[in-house]
Amino acid sequence: MATVAERLATVWEPPRSVYSTLASVDHKVIGKRYLATAFVFLIAGGLEAAVIRAQLTHSNEHLLSPEAYNQLFTMHGLTMIFWYAFPILSGFSNYFFPLMIGSRDMAYPRMNAFSYWCFLFSGVFLYTGYAVGLGPDRGWFAYAPLTERLYAPGINMDFYTLALIFLTISGTVGSINFIVTAFKLRAPGMSLGRLPLFMYGTLTASFSIIFALPSLSVACVFLYLDRKFGTHFFDPVGGGSAILWQHLFWIFGHPWVYIVVLPALSFVSMIVPTFARRPIVGYTWNVLGVVMTGVIGFGVWAHHMFATGLSPMAMSFFSAGSMTVVIPSAISIFVWLATIWQGRVVLTTSMLFALGFIFLFVIGGVSGVVTAATPFDWTITDTYFVVAHIHYVLVGINLFPVIAAFYYWLPKMTGRMLSERLGKWNFWVMFLSFNLGFFPMHISGLLGMPRRIFTYPAGVGWDTVNLITSIGSYIFAIGVLLFVINFFWSLFNGPPAGDNPWDASSLEWATSSPPPPYNFEVIPTIGSRDPLWEERLGMGRRSSLRRGPTLAGSGKETLQTSTLDGEPVAILRMPEDSIWPFIVSLALLAAFYGLVTSVWGLALAGGVLTLVGVHGWLWPSRTAVEA
Amino acid sequence: MAAVSAEHASRSSERISGIPIDEFPLGVGGTASTAWWGMAFFIITEATLFAYLFFSYYYVGSRHSQWPPHGVPEMRLAVVNTIILVLSSVPMWLADRAVRRGRPALFAPLLGAVLLMGVAFLIIEATEWSRQSFTPATNAYSSLFYTITGFHFAHVTLGLLMIVELLCRALVKRIEVRRPLAVRNVAAYWHFVGVVWVVLFLTIYISPRV
Repeated sequence: MATVAERLATVWEPPRSVYSTLASVDHKVIGKRYLATAFVFLIAGGLEAAVIRAQLTHSNEHLLSPEAYNQLFTMHGLTMIFWYAFPILSGFSNYFFPLMIGSRDMAYPRMNAFSYWCFLFSGVFLYTGYAVGLGPDRGWFAYAPLTERLYAPGINMDFYTLALIFLTISGTVGSINFIVTAFKLRAPGMSLGRLPLFMYGTLTASFSIIFALPSLSVACVFLYLDRKFGTHFFDPVGGGSAILWQHLFWIFGHPWVYIVVLPALSFVSMIVPTFARRPIVGYTWNVLGVVMTGVIGFGVWAHHMFATGLSPMAMSFFSAGSMTVVIPSAISIFVWLATIWQGRVVLTTSMLFALGFIFLFVIGGVSGVVTAATPFDWTITDTYFVVAHIHYVLVGINLFPVIAAFYYWLPKMTGRMLSERLGKWNFWVMFLSFNLGFFPMHISGLLGMPRRIFTYPAGVGWDTVNLITSIGSYIFAIGVLLFVINFFWSLFNGPPAGDNPWDASSLEWATSSPPPPYNFEVIPTIGSRDPLWEERLGMGRRSSLRRGPTLAGSGKETLQTSTLDGEPVAILRMPEDSIWPFIVSLALLAAFYGLVTSVWGLALAGGVLTLVGVHGWLWPSRTAVEA
Repeated sequence: MAAVSAEHASRSSERISGIPIDEFPLGVGGTASTAWWGMAFFIITEATLFAYLFFSYYYVGSRHSQWPPHGVPEMRLAVVNTIILVLSSVPMWLADRAVRRGRPALFAPLLGAVLLMGVAFLIIEATEWSRQSFTPATNAYSSLFYTITGFHFAHVTLGLLMIVELLCRALVKRIEVRRPLAVRNVAAYWHFVGVVWVVLFLTIYISPRV
């Protein structure tokens, strides 16, 4: 009789073919695709930034026309905020959710594949516009009425609205998947109080997405209709309101800031305890801080609109609301500091990036909370001070934890260690050049330099700061390149990682590196928050990682447990690979091309094909009928 | 069910938390199932979408001295539609119950009734649109009116497509009796579409009258 591993492998590992590539529903495959695609978008956005900085290095530079510059900064913002910052976090979550909770896949594996294809195709859709010179060109938050047909006649901004609507499909589907997976598929014994902190960041972000993304969809549908069909949502002459766009956009937009940072904070909450060699201090406080931040994120949107003439009452409310965010953020910071204080720190590259992140988080937090004060906000609105703030937030609180997470988890994914020596260079180059390049933006902002100007006259005192910013950002790009080099070096020369190279405490380190398609030979039973550290912490062996149910029957199966306590409830039959998610997202892509070019036949054909695809997807297979 | 127990037999020596593995069902039904949770969150995010549509209506309205600009909308057809859509939840509920109680004979006729009522709703809605004196491009009110009712129209259509899918399965494969979850999810979605219409009715037809 075949061993358990062999039996599981025959069930979970399809033979390699073109079909299985397009039809794969394995969360690890999808997670890696998310990471790779999002990283490509990071590089694309970075190259755009490099051209922007070349244009701004000197006064009166005419490397780019104003029109080309408009497209460039809009594409840079869109790419980084929507197609890099969130999907890269989804990549980690996709890969590690099932591994951290001892499951064999996500709750909806085919939806997971669909979510990835929609992400990829929406990005392809956006970049086709840019490739043919019709990229969005009115800034990433696209304020009406500047985006209305009268002032933006090309189809550039139609690429904007439709690409974002396409992307919201991906985000919504993915978030529902994360929530249900975390609540239903945990290993027996993993009550919510034993959930790794990693999960709470993504869970909070997923709940935020459920409530925030519809606002972006509504705003984009309105704008699309205004532009293509002459409706008057944002047109004051026709009785509409340009401010309505700002409300809808920021009701979505501010929660989005937390959506792209909370999962990253929770990466750090996994990395810091590992390298402080002790369990996190204040687990419950950390969870509450993360969830609180997500909730408060919905009550602060109008602080982006202090300059639009809100009533004093509204401004006071949103100003106070925005300042409250400091409290849960500070809780998170003190939780990490206390853990470091109480522990014996090992300064790996991953830990360095995590520490660098804490430093940048404080600067980004301080430059954020001062802008919550209305009078100060009036002074610096639309200046480079705000640009500095957003970069400290997005690079500091998203990119630094992401690179930390790569150094930490890539050995699990590839089975190879990255070079620590090159890694330290990588950190110091990125950390120093980031501050060299982006801190002076605060100063250019305070000197009055407005954002989004394609050039500036000589003699206003902005040359030196801009030159320093450009130099810093180019060195920063070299820093990112060092990471890419380190990654490829590790693939070929990295020492084997082994199951648990960092001697960490959470479940993903209990399986091999890289994990087999079925993740764990045995569905583990969990008895504590740190299942791999139990003996060291003197609590005896409470979890069972090597013995337990294998579910090595004839089909793909995993375990469903109860929502709060993680008591076993049922055995779940997981779906086989399916080509339908790919077909349906391709049909959607065709429909969106039809909508943007006003070729209604194509839009209709894409729509019909989408419905046919969904029918094929849902039609029960023979095995499902028997079940 | 025979196939299931044969599979269980091959690993029946295994235990989960001390309980023999064959004592666990293959999947759970009802509100504990992952399918139900997925539909619940889909409905939540859809409900939020309509909340933002209604927010837009009230926000733009609050900036006008005369709202709606064309006067209070005529509501005879809308009242008829409200009655049809709310009543259509009754056969939907009965169909769901029939499946759960193992009475498959009633399932297709009840679902057919929902389908007819839904189609009637769409026809009346289209009639109402054709009778308006304004188009979506007339002003902000007309844009909101057509977009909000249009979004709801699309959601009713989606619900009807789900019902057609269920009917196909019931007639072609005769399987819904053993898969009550799909019926339950479609029923939930259909009730949701009805609730949204009630809020829409209150917003567009009643709020200008108070």
